[in-house]
Amino acid sequence: MTQYTRRAATCLIGAAVATFTLMPTTASALDNASAKKLVDALVGEINRVIASGKSEQAMYSDFKRIFAKYGDTSYIAAYAMGNDGRRASNAQKKKFSAEFQTYISRKYGSRFREFIGGRLEVKSVRPVKSWFEVQTTAFLRGESPFTVTFLVSDRTGRDKFFNMFIEGINLLLTERTEIGAMIDKRGGSIDKMIADLRNAK
Amino acid sequence: MALAPLCLILAGCATPDGARVSGDVFDPYEENNRQTHELNRALDKALVRPVGVGYTAIVPDDLEGSIGNFASNLGLPGTVVNNLLQGNVEGAFTNTMRFVFNTTLGFGGLFDVAGDFQIDEVKADFGQTLYVWGVPEGAYVELPVLGPSTERAMVGRAVDLFTNPLSYVLPSPDKYIGTAAGVASKVGDRGRYAETVDSVLYNSADSYSQARGIYLQNRRFELGDGDAAEEINPFDLNTEGF
Repeated sequence: MTQYTRRAATCLIGAAVATFTLMPTTASALDNASAKKLVDALVGEINRVIASGKSEQAMYSDFKRIFAKYGDTSYIAAYAMGNDGRRASNAQKKKFSAEFQTYISRKYGSRFREFIGGRLEVKSVRPVKSWFEVQTTAFLRGESPFTVTFLVSDRTGRDKFFNMFIEGINLLLTERTEIGAMIDKRGGSIDKMIADLRNAK
Repeated sequence: MALAPLCLILAGCATPDGARVSGDVFDPYEENNRQTHELNRALDKALVRPVGVGYTAIVPDDLEGSIGNFASNLGLPGTVVNNLLQGNVEGAFTNTMRFVFNTTLGFGGLFDVAGDFQIDEVKADFGQTLYVWGVPEGAYVELPVLGPSTERAMVGRAVDLFTNPLSYVLPSPDKYIGTAAGVASKVGDRGRYAETVDSVLYNSADSYSQARGIYLQNRRFELGDGDAAEEINPFDLNTEGF
Protein backbone atom coordinates (compact mmCIF):
# COMPACT_ATOMS: atom_id res chain seq x y z
CA MET A 1 0.00 0.00 0.00
CA THR A 2 2.77 2.41 1.03
CA GLN A 3 4.70 1.50 -2.05
CA TYR A 4 1.62 2.16 -4.15
CA THR A 5 1.20 5.61 -2.58
CA ARG A 6 4.83 6.45 -3.05
CA ARG A 7 4.63 5.49 -6.70
CA ALA A 8 1.52 7.60 -7.11
CA ALA A 9 3.30 10.57 -5.56
CA THR A 10 6.32 10.11 -7.83
CA CYS A 11 3.96 9.99 -10.78
CA LEU A 12 2.26 13.18 -9.71
CA ILE A 13 5.57 15.01 -9.36
CA GLY A 14 6.66 13.58 -12.69
CA ALA A 15 3.45 14.72 -14.31
CA ALA A 16 3.84 18.20 -12.85
CA VAL A 17 7.41 18.46 -14.15
CA ALA A 18 6.33 17.16 -17.52
CA THR A 19 3.48 19.65 -17.74
CA PHE A 20 5.81 22.47 -16.81
CA THR A 21 8.51 21.56 -19.33
CA LEU A 22 5.99 20.72 -22.04
CA MET A 23 4.12 23.98 -21.61
CA PRO A 24 5.65 25.81 -24.57
CA THR A 25 4.91 22.86 -26.88
CA THR A 26 1.33 22.57 -25.67
CA ALA A 27 0.79 26.24 -26.32
CA SER A 28 2.18 25.98 -29.87
CA ALA A 29 0.15 25.76 -33.04
CA LEU A 30 -0.62 22.06 -33.28
CA ASP A 31 -3.77 20.74 -31.65
CA ASN A 32 -6.66 18.49 -32.64
CA ALA A 33 -8.33 21.23 -34.67
CA SER A 34 -5.24 22.29 -36.63
CA ALA A 35 -4.22 18.67 -37.31
CA LYS A 36 -7.69 18.01 -38.70
CA LYS A 37 -7.53 21.24 -40.70
CA LEU A 38 -4.26 20.16 -42.32
CA VAL A 39 -5.65 16.78 -43.37
CA ASP A 40 -8.90 18.36 -44.59
CA ALA A 41 -6.95 20.80 -46.75
CA LEU A 42 -4.67 18.02 -48.04
CA VAL A 43 -7.57 15.74 -48.90
CA GLY A 44 -9.39 18.67 -50.54
CA GLU A 45 -6.44 19.47 -52.80
CA ILE A 46 -5.95 15.83 -53.79
CA ASN A 47 -9.65 15.50 -54.61
CA ARG A 48 -9.53 18.63 -56.77
CA VAL A 49 -6.58 17.30 -58.78
CA ILE A 50 -8.30 13.94 -59.30
CA ALA A 51 -11.50 15.66 -60.42
CA SER A 52 -9.64 18.07 -62.74
CA GLY A 53 -9.36 15.48 -65.50
CA LYS A 54 -5.81 16.61 -66.34
CA SER A 55 -3.29 14.35 -68.06
CA GLU A 56 -1.43 11.88 -65.84
CA GLN A 57 1.84 13.78 -66.16
CA ALA A 58 0.18 17.04 -65.12
CA MET A 59 -1.45 15.28 -62.18
CA TYR A 60 1.90 13.89 -61.00
CA SER A 61 3.44 17.34 -60.87
CA ASP A 62 0.38 18.61 -58.99
CA PHE A 63 0.77 15.79 -56.48
CA LYS A 64 4.44 16.63 -56.10
CA ARG A 65 3.56 20.23 -55.29
CA ILE A 66 0.93 19.07 -52.76
CA PHE A 67 3.40 16.62 -51.20
CA ALA A 68 5.99 19.40 -50.78
CA LYS A 69 3.39 21.74 -49.32
CA TYR A 70 1.77 19.40 -46.79
CA GLY A 71 4.40 16.71 -46.21
CA ASP A 72 7.44 16.72 -43.94
CA THR A 73 9.56 15.78 -46.95
CA SER A 74 12.95 15.78 -45.23
CA TYR A 75 11.71 13.48 -42.47
CA ILE A 76 10.05 11.17 -44.98
CA ALA A 77 13.19 10.96 -47.15
CA ALA A 78 15.45 10.41 -44.11
CA TYR A 79 13.20 7.62 -42.83
CA ALA A 80 13.00 5.96 -46.23
CA MET A 81 16.78 5.86 -46.55
CA GLY A 82 17.07 4.23 -43.12
CA ASN A 83 20.51 3.17 -41.91
CA ASP A 84 22.04 3.81 -45.32
CA GLY A 85 21.40 7.48 -44.64
CA ARG A 86 24.22 7.47 -42.07
CA ARG A 87 26.90 6.88 -44.70
CA ALA A 88 25.31 9.12 -47.34
CA SER A 89 27.00 12.42 -48.18
CA ASN A 90 25.04 15.65 -47.93
CA ALA A 91 24.96 15.87 -51.73
CA GLN A 92 23.51 12.34 -51.91
CA LYS A 93 20.92 13.14 -49.26
CA LYS A 94 19.83 16.27 -51.07
CA LYS A 95 19.60 14.54 -54.44
CA PHE A 96 17.80 11.57 -52.93
CA SER A 97 15.28 13.82 -51.21
CA ALA A 98 14.42 15.55 -54.51
CA GLU A 99 14.22 12.32 -56.55
CA PHE A 100 12.25 10.61 -53.83
CA GLN A 101 9.56 13.29 -53.94
CA THR A 102 9.13 12.79 -57.68
CA TYR A 103 9.07 9.02 -57.25
CA ILE A 104 6.45 9.13 -54.48
CA SER A 105 4.22 11.53 -56.41
CA ARG A 106 4.32 9.29 -59.47
CA LYS A 107 3.91 6.02 -57.58
CA TYR A 108 1.01 7.08 -55.39
CA GLY A 109 -0.38 9.50 -57.95
CA SER A 110 -1.07 6.61 -60.27
CA ARG A 111 -2.87 4.82 -57.41
CA PHE A 112 -5.06 7.86 -56.73
CA ARG A 113 -6.80 7.25 -60.04
CA GLU A 114 -8.50 4.29 -58.35
CA PHE A 115 -9.98 6.92 -56.04
CA ILE A 116 -11.96 8.61 -58.81
CA GLY A 117 -15.55 8.94 -57.61
CA GLY A 118 -14.45 8.15 -54.05
CA ARG A 119 -13.90 10.34 -51.02
CA LEU A 120 -12.01 10.54 -47.75
CA GLU A 121 -13.78 11.68 -44.59
CA VAL A 122 -11.96 12.77 -41.45
CA LYS A 123 -13.37 10.67 -38.58
CA SER A 124 -11.30 11.42 -35.50
CA VAL A 125 -8.16 13.08 -34.23
CA ARG A 126 -6.12 12.04 -31.21
CA PRO A 127 -2.82 13.14 -29.74
CA VAL A 128 -0.10 10.44 -29.64
CA LYS A 129 3.13 11.37 -27.83
CA SER A 130 4.38 14.44 -29.69
CA TRP A 131 2.17 14.21 -32.77
CA PHE A 132 -1.43 13.78 -33.86
CA GLU A 133 -3.13 10.86 -35.50
CA VAL A 134 -5.90 11.81 -37.92
CA GLN A 135 -8.15 8.89 -38.84
CA THR A 136 -10.07 9.09 -42.07
CA THR A 137 -12.42 6.67 -43.76
CA ALA A 138 -12.07 6.07 -47.47
CA PHE A 139 -15.25 5.41 -49.40
CA LEU A 140 -14.61 3.88 -52.79
CA ARG A 141 -17.15 2.78 -55.35
CA GLY A 142 -18.12 -0.87 -54.85
CA GLU A 143 -15.81 -1.23 -51.83
CA SER A 144 -16.35 -1.62 -48.11
CA PRO A 145 -15.15 1.56 -46.37
CA PHE A 146 -11.57 1.33 -45.07
CA THR A 147 -9.31 3.30 -42.76
CA VAL A 148 -6.59 5.71 -43.86
CA THR A 149 -4.58 7.33 -41.06
CA PHE A 150 -2.37 10.40 -41.33
CA LEU A 151 0.28 11.31 -38.75
CA VAL A 152 0.77 15.06 -38.33
CA SER A 153 3.48 16.93 -36.41
CA ASP A 154 4.83 20.47 -36.13
CA ARG A 155 8.43 19.26 -35.85
CA THR A 156 9.50 21.63 -38.62
CA GLY A 157 7.72 24.59 -37.06
CA ARG A 158 4.74 24.10 -39.38
CA ASP A 159 2.02 21.47 -39.36
CA LYS A 160 2.98 18.70 -41.78
CA PHE A 161 2.02 15.07 -42.24
CA PHE A 162 4.95 12.67 -41.88
CA ASN A 163 3.39 9.26 -42.39
CA MET A 164 0.28 7.55 -43.67
CA PHE A 165 -1.28 4.17 -42.93
CA ILE A 166 -3.72 2.42 -45.25
CA GLU A 167 -5.52 -0.35 -43.36
CA GLY A 168 -2.55 -0.63 -41.05
CA ILE A 169 0.07 -0.63 -43.82
CA ASN A 170 2.78 1.86 -42.93
CA LEU A 171 3.78 3.69 -46.10
CA LEU A 172 7.09 4.90 -44.66
CA LEU A 173 8.06 1.39 -43.65
CA THR A 174 7.03 0.07 -47.07
CA GLU A 175 9.21 2.67 -48.78
CA ARG A 176 12.15 2.03 -46.45
CA THR A 177 11.95 -1.67 -47.41
CA GLU A 178 11.85 -0.66 -51.07
CA ILE A 179 14.80 1.74 -50.95
CA GLY A 180 16.83 -0.72 -48.84
CA ALA A 181 16.17 -3.51 -51.37
CA MET A 182 17.10 -1.21 -54.27
CA ILE A 183 20.43 -0.35 -52.61
CA ASP A 184 21.14 -4.04 -51.85
CA LYS A 185 20.39 -5.02 -55.44
CA ARG A 186 22.90 -2.43 -56.66
CA GLY A 187 25.76 -3.75 -54.56
CA GLY A 188 25.21 -1.12 -51.86
CA SER A 189 25.51 1.85 -54.21
CA ILE A 190 23.46 4.83 -53.06
CA ASP A 191 24.25 6.71 -56.28
CA LYS A 192 22.91 3.92 -58.50
CA MET A 193 19.77 3.69 -56.36
CA ILE A 194 19.17 7.45 -56.73
CA ALA A 195 19.73 7.26 -60.49
CA ASP A 196 17.30 4.35 -60.87
CA LEU A 197 14.65 5.95 -58.67
CA ARG A 198 13.79 8.07 -61.68
CA ASN A 199 12.41 5.02 -63.49
CA ALA A 200 11.11 3.11 -60.49
CA LYS A 201 7.37 2.56 -60.30
CA MET B 1 -11.62 -34.30 -28.62
CA ALA B 2 -11.59 -32.90 -32.12
CA LEU B 3 -9.48 -30.04 -30.81
CA ALA B 4 -6.64 -32.30 -29.67
CA PRO B 5 -4.76 -32.44 -33.00
CA LEU B 6 -5.22 -28.69 -33.33
CA CYS B 7 -3.50 -28.12 -29.98
CA LEU B 8 -0.61 -30.25 -31.16
CA ILE B 9 -0.21 -28.23 -34.33
CA LEU B 10 -0.38 -24.95 -32.44
CA ALA B 11 2.13 -26.11 -29.86
CA GLY B 12 4.43 -26.58 -32.84
CA CYS B 13 4.05 -22.93 -33.85
CA ALA B 14 7.49 -21.38 -33.76
CA THR B 15 7.80 -18.21 -31.70
CA PRO B 16 10.52 -15.60 -31.58
CA ASP B 17 12.11 -14.63 -28.26
CA GLY B 18 10.99 -11.45 -26.58
CA ALA B 19 8.32 -8.91 -27.41
CA ARG B 20 7.47 -7.95 -30.95
CA VAL B 21 6.68 -4.54 -32.42
CA SER B 22 4.27 -4.17 -35.27
CA GLY B 23 6.75 -3.93 -38.14
CA ASP B 24 8.70 -6.96 -36.91
CA VAL B 25 9.00 -10.04 -39.03
CA PHE B 26 9.68 -13.58 -37.81
CA ASP B 27 10.63 -15.59 -40.85
CA PRO B 28 12.74 -18.66 -40.07
CA TYR B 29 11.52 -20.41 -43.24
CA GLU B 30 12.57 -17.57 -45.52
CA GLU B 31 14.49 -19.77 -47.94
CA ASN B 32 11.51 -22.08 -48.57
CA ASN B 33 9.10 -19.16 -48.57
CA ARG B 34 11.09 -17.39 -51.26
CA GLN B 35 10.90 -20.50 -53.45
CA THR B 36 7.13 -20.64 -52.97
CA HIS B 37 6.98 -16.93 -53.73
CA GLU B 38 8.68 -17.46 -57.09
CA LEU B 39 6.24 -20.27 -57.82
CA ASN B 40 3.29 -18.02 -56.94
CA ARG B 41 4.64 -15.24 -59.11
CA ALA B 42 4.98 -17.61 -62.06
CA LEU B 43 1.44 -18.85 -61.48
CA ASP B 44 0.15 -15.30 -61.29
CA LYS B 45 1.91 -14.26 -64.45
CA ALA B 46 0.81 -17.27 -66.49
CA LEU B 47 -2.72 -17.75 -65.19
CA VAL B 48 -4.24 -15.67 -62.40
CA ARG B 49 -3.36 -12.22 -63.72
CA PRO B 50 -4.48 -12.77 -67.34
CA VAL B 51 -7.70 -14.50 -66.22
CA GLY B 52 -8.36 -11.76 -63.65
CA VAL B 53 -7.78 -8.91 -66.09
CA GLY B 54 -9.94 -10.66 -68.71
CA TYR B 55 -12.67 -11.36 -66.17
CA THR B 56 -12.85 -7.71 -65.08
CA ALA B 57 -12.84 -6.52 -68.68
CA ILE B 58 -15.62 -8.87 -69.81
CA VAL B 59 -17.93 -9.11 -66.79
CA PRO B 60 -19.95 -5.90 -66.24
CA ASP B 61 -19.15 -4.08 -62.99
CA ASP B 62 -22.61 -4.66 -61.51
CA LEU B 63 -22.51 -8.39 -62.13
CA GLU B 64 -18.96 -8.57 -60.76
CA GLY B 65 -20.20 -6.81 -57.64
CA SER B 66 -23.13 -9.21 -57.29
CA ILE B 67 -20.91 -12.26 -57.58
CA GLY B 68 -18.70 -10.81 -54.85
CA ASN B 69 -21.74 -10.04 -52.66
CA PHE B 70 -23.13 -13.51 -53.20
CA ALA B 71 -19.88 -15.20 -52.18
CA SER B 72 -19.36 -13.03 -49.12
CA ASN B 73 -22.98 -13.50 -48.01
CA LEU B 74 -22.58 -17.29 -48.10
CA GLY B 75 -19.50 -16.90 -45.92
CA LEU B 76 -21.36 -14.97 -43.22
CA PRO B 77 -22.67 -17.92 -41.17
CA GLY B 78 -19.05 -19.05 -40.75
CA THR B 79 -18.14 -15.52 -39.66
CA VAL B 80 -20.94 -15.58 -37.08
CA VAL B 81 -19.57 -18.85 -35.64
CA ASN B 82 -16.18 -17.16 -35.22
CA ASN B 83 -17.76 -14.00 -33.74
CA LEU B 84 -19.36 -16.22 -31.11
CA LEU B 85 -16.18 -18.22 -30.45
CA GLN B 86 -14.50 -14.88 -29.75
CA GLY B 87 -17.32 -13.85 -27.40
CA ASN B 88 -18.33 -11.02 -29.74
CA VAL B 89 -22.12 -11.28 -29.42
CA GLU B 90 -22.68 -7.83 -30.93
CA GLY B 91 -20.66 -8.75 -34.03
CA ALA B 92 -22.52 -12.02 -34.34
CA PHE B 93 -25.81 -10.13 -34.17
CA THR B 94 -24.75 -7.56 -36.80
CA ASN B 95 -23.58 -10.29 -39.17
CA THR B 96 -26.77 -12.29 -38.63
CA MET B 97 -28.82 -9.20 -39.50
CA ARG B 98 -26.70 -8.74 -42.62
CA PHE B 99 -27.24 -12.33 -43.64
CA VAL B 100 -31.01 -12.13 -43.12
CA PHE B 101 -31.42 -8.82 -44.97
CA ASN B 102 -29.17 -9.71 -47.88
CA THR B 103 -30.51 -13.24 -48.31
CA THR B 104 -34.13 -12.05 -48.40
CA LEU B 105 -34.31 -8.44 -49.63
CA GLY B 106 -30.99 -8.80 -51.47
CA PHE B 107 -32.20 -11.78 -53.55
CA GLY B 108 -30.08 -14.56 -52.09
CA GLY B 109 -27.19 -12.24 -51.33
CA LEU B 110 -26.72 -10.79 -54.81
CA PHE B 111 -27.31 -7.27 -53.47
CA ASP B 112 -25.76 -5.75 -50.37
CA VAL B 113 -28.95 -4.17 -49.00
CA ALA B 114 -27.59 -4.24 -45.45
CA GLY B 115 -24.54 -2.24 -46.51
CA ASP B 116 -26.85 0.53 -47.72
CA PHE B 117 -28.08 0.74 -44.13
CA GLN B 118 -24.53 0.82 -42.79
CA ILE B 119 -24.84 -2.71 -41.43
CA ASP B 120 -21.27 -3.60 -42.37
CA GLU B 121 -19.64 -6.97 -41.88
CA VAL B 122 -17.78 -7.49 -38.62
CA LYS B 123 -14.98 -9.61 -40.03
CA ALA B 124 -13.91 -12.74 -38.24
CA ASP B 125 -12.09 -15.93 -39.12
CA PHE B 126 -10.69 -18.79 -37.11
CA GLY B 127 -7.15 -17.40 -37.31
CA GLN B 128 -8.50 -14.33 -35.54
CA THR B 129 -10.32 -16.52 -33.03
CA LEU B 130 -6.99 -18.16 -32.21
CA TYR B 131 -5.47 -14.68 -31.72
CA VAL B 132 -8.29 -13.78 -29.32
CA TRP B 133 -7.65 -17.03 -27.45
CA GLY B 134 -4.02 -16.00 -26.99
CA VAL B 135 -2.32 -18.26 -29.52
CA PRO B 136 0.91 -16.63 -30.82
CA GLU B 137 1.24 -15.62 -34.46
CA GLY B 138 4.00 -18.12 -35.24
CA ALA B 139 6.30 -17.80 -38.22
CA TYR B 140 5.52 -16.11 -41.50
CA VAL B 141 4.68 -18.56 -44.30
CA GLU B 142 3.96 -18.06 -47.96
CA LEU B 143 1.53 -20.74 -49.06
CA PRO B 144 1.40 -22.09 -52.60
CA VAL B 145 -1.48 -20.48 -54.55
CA LEU B 146 -3.00 -18.88 -51.42
CA GLY B 147 -0.05 -16.55 -50.78
CA PRO B 148 1.13 -14.79 -47.59
CA SER B 149 0.06 -16.23 -44.24
CA THR B 150 1.32 -17.02 -40.76
CA GLU B 151 1.35 -20.35 -38.97
CA ARG B 152 -1.61 -19.24 -36.88
CA ALA B 153 -3.58 -17.92 -39.87
CA MET B 154 -2.80 -21.11 -41.79
CA VAL B 155 -4.30 -23.31 -39.06
CA GLY B 156 -7.26 -20.90 -38.99
CA ARG B 157 -7.83 -21.34 -42.71
CA ALA B 158 -7.82 -25.09 -42.40
CA VAL B 159 -10.34 -25.03 -39.53
CA ASP B 160 -12.54 -22.52 -41.39
CA LEU B 161 -13.16 -25.16 -44.04
CA PHE B 162 -15.43 -26.68 -41.40
CA THR B 163 -16.79 -23.67 -39.46
CA ASN B 164 -19.45 -22.61 -41.94
CA PRO B 165 -22.76 -24.23 -40.93
CA LEU B 166 -24.05 -23.77 -44.48
CA SER B 167 -21.62 -26.37 -45.77
CA TYR B 168 -23.43 -28.95 -43.62
CA VAL B 169 -26.90 -27.81 -44.64
CA LEU B 170 -26.61 -27.15 -48.36
CA PRO B 171 -26.85 -30.12 -50.73
CA SER B 172 -23.69 -30.97 -52.63
CA PRO B 173 -24.00 -29.16 -55.97
CA ASP B 174 -25.30 -25.95 -54.37
CA LYS B 175 -22.46 -25.47 -51.97
CA TYR B 176 -19.96 -25.57 -54.83
CA ILE B 177 -21.73 -22.61 -56.41
CA GLY B 178 -20.66 -20.62 -53.36
CA THR B 179 -17.09 -21.85 -53.65
CA ALA B 180 -17.04 -21.03 -57.36
CA ALA B 181 -18.40 -17.54 -56.69
CA GLY B 182 -15.70 -17.07 -54.04
CA VAL B 183 -12.94 -18.05 -56.46
CA ALA B 184 -14.46 -15.87 -59.19
CA SER B 185 -14.58 -12.88 -56.88
CA LYS B 186 -10.93 -13.38 -55.84
CA VAL B 187 -9.87 -13.62 -59.47
CA GLY B 188 -11.94 -10.52 -60.24
CA ASP B 189 -10.14 -8.64 -57.44
CA ARG B 190 -6.81 -9.54 -59.06
CA GLY B 191 -8.04 -7.89 -62.27
CA ARG B 192 -9.61 -4.88 -60.60
CA TYR B 193 -6.53 -4.03 -58.57
CA ALA B 194 -4.16 -5.15 -61.30
CA GLU B 195 -1.95 -2.08 -61.06
CA THR B 196 -1.63 -2.10 -57.29
CA VAL B 197 -0.87 -5.83 -57.14
CA ASP B 198 1.53 -5.52 -60.09
CA SER B 199 3.42 -2.76 -58.31
CA VAL B 200 4.12 -5.12 -55.41
CA LEU B 201 4.69 -8.36 -57.36
CA TYR B 202 6.57 -7.06 -60.40
CA ASN B 203 7.78 -3.50 -59.87
CA SER B 204 9.31 -3.62 -56.42
CA ALA B 205 12.98 -4.34 -55.85
CA ASP B 206 12.22 -7.26 -53.53
CA SER B 207 8.64 -8.40 -54.03
CA TYR B 208 8.97 -11.13 -51.42
CA SER B 209 9.76 -8.81 -48.53
CA GLN B 210 7.23 -6.22 -49.72
CA ALA B 211 4.44 -8.82 -49.85
CA ARG B 212 5.49 -10.12 -46.43
CA GLY B 213 5.59 -6.68 -44.82
CA ILE B 214 2.30 -5.57 -46.31
CA TYR B 215 0.52 -8.79 -45.33
CA LEU B 216 1.79 -8.83 -41.74
CA GLN B 217 1.02 -5.17 -41.06
CA ASN B 218 -2.46 -5.41 -42.56
CA ARG B 219 -3.26 -8.68 -40.79
CA ARG B 220 -2.14 -7.30 -37.40
CA PHE B 221 -4.20 -4.17 -38.05
CA GLU B 222 -7.31 -6.25 -38.75
CA LEU B 223 -6.74 -8.24 -35.58
CA GLY B 224 -6.19 -5.09 -33.54
CA ASP B 225 -2.78 -6.53 -32.56
CA GLY B 226 -0.54 -3.62 -31.54
CA ASP B 227 -0.79 0.02 -32.52
CA ALA B 228 1.68 0.64 -35.30
CA ALA B 229 1.10 4.39 -35.27
CA GLU B 230 2.47 4.69 -31.75
CA GLU B 231 5.84 3.17 -32.46
CA ILE B 232 7.65 5.80 -34.46
CA ASN B 233 8.96 8.95 -32.89
CA PRO B 234 9.56 11.60 -35.55
CA PHE B 235 11.91 13.46 -33.26
CA ASP B 236 14.31 10.54 -32.97
CA LEU B 237 15.50 10.71 -36.54
CA ASN B 238 18.36 12.81 -37.87
CA THR B 239 16.94 14.60 -40.90
CA GLU B 240 19.89 16.88 -41.45
CA GLY B 241 20.85 17.16 -45.11
CA PHE B 242 17.60 15.72 -46.51
